[in-house]
This record gives sequence, C-alpha cells and structure tokens, in this order.
Amino acid sequence: MHTPHAVHLGIRVVETGPAFGVCALPFREELIGDPRRRVIFGGAITTLIDHASGLAVACAVEELRAIATIDLRVDYLRAAEPDLELYARSDCYRLTRTVAFVRAVAWERSAADPFASALGTFMLGANRTDSSYERLVRGKSSQ
Amino acid sequence: MNRIVDAIPYARFLRVEVERTDGGLECVLPFRQEIVGNAALPAVHGGVLGAFLELTALLRLLDESGSGPVPKPITFSIDYLRSAGPSTTRARAEIFKLGRRIANVRVVAWQDDRSRPVVAGNGKFLLS
Repeated sequence: MHTPHAVHLGIRVVETGPAFGVCALPFREELIGDPRRRVIFGGAITTLIDHASGLAVACAVEELRAIATIDLRVDYLRAAEPDLELYARSDCYRLTRTVAFVRAVAWERSAADPFASALGTFMLGANRTDSSYERLVRGKSSQ
Repeated sequence: MNRIVDAIPYARFLRVEVERTDGGLECVLPFRQEIVGNAALPAVHGGVLGAFLELTALLRLLDESGSGPVPKPITFSIDYLRSAGPSTTRARAEIFKLGRRIANVRVVAWQDDRSRPVVAGNGKFLLS
C-alpha cells in the first residue's frame, strides 16, 4: 500500500497473516496531544489502528481491491506510556462480498495489556479501477 | 485559541489552524502531500481525518472550559462519508452535553461544500 501519510508518520508493518496485520508507530514528540502528561494524541493512534485495519482487510481478501473505511470506533482504555513505540494489531473477523469487519487493539509493552481497542467496518471495491467497464455491463438502469 | 493549538504538538504536526466564524469555532486542515492516505485518488488518510475531528472536538471543549486539564478521550467514533480530495478540510464541533465529568461532542468536516460532509464523528471526553 502506498500511503504517504504512513511514511510521514514512520508507521511500519511488523507482521501480517491470513486476516490480520500488525503495525508499529515510533514515539515522536510531534505526536503528543497532552504536553503535560506527554501522551500521544488519540488521533495518531486512530491513524495507526486505521492503517493496521486496512492491512488486515487487504490480507483477508482474495484479490486486492480498493478498501475504504466506513466507520471506526476507538476506545481509549488508558493513556499510552510516553517514549515507547506503539503497536496495533487488527483482525478481519468477518468478510462479506462488500463489507469487511475488523477489531483491533493497540499497546506499547504487551498485547495483553492494550491502551486502546477498536471496531471498524470497511467497504470493499469502494473506488474500483475497473468501474467504467462494470458500469457498461450494468447499463443505464443504475443511473 | 491558536495559542492552544501551538501548545499541542500533534496539532502543529497536522498544521491545523483555528478560525472564529459567525457559526462558532472552525478548524482548518490544509491539504499537503504528507497527509495523503491513498495516492491513487488522491485522498486524505482516514486516520488523519479522524485525528482532525478529535482535535476539533478537543479544541471546542477547551474553548468552552477555558484553561484547565486537557479533557481525556474515552471513546471516539468516526463515520467516513466521502473520500476527502486534495483540498482544505474544515470542521466544526458541537457540544451535545457538557456534564460534570463527561462531555459528549459531535463533529462534522467538509471540504468545498458544507452540505456535503466528508466525515463525521462523535466523542466522549472525561473532563476531570
């Protein structure tokens, strides 16, 4: 996946499997949301989880199609510890023809002690490159 | 308000600016290559949009409460409505309920046309 923002943040892929992805986000002062506590801004964690989730869906589908986030809910269980690399693992636990369902956790020391958990849904083939052909096949009835 | 933005490193990282309009506080996310998630479209990264909404909600709360501890997010939900293209994104937050301990905030973001939102969110924050 070519995502300039992930590169900009320094997000890297740690592990992938049949329907899951693990990504890491290095700690950076620029990502702090609460200067007094030096806690990373929740939104940066959202980005990490969103990225790991897109990866999980990409791993789950048989052929790679455009993936778009429909919704994402992140629960902040506790503050993430400063100065540590953050990890997120997302699992695509259900896949239909058009929608993928994921759940994710994020942690800094142990996956068993996450600081955030999330649920998301993704649309498959959201902006497919072969859409012009498909529109021709379907005809004008859909317009 | 922009002083508060300057105090939040992540807000500076996204280069978010705050404007006070007739309709209230408005946050502005300028487009740049570094926030692209899908280079083929191109579209702004969903995570950035989520973060931008959360930041807008937080700034709205800070504007309401003045100084004090930074509200802590408990949960934040994001609905992605349209892909956000290569232009400026603006957001506005509305406080649904400001309780003693918990605030419920709703945020909407759009690009060229306010009646066509690109992303909407709802967050609960711990105030004390």
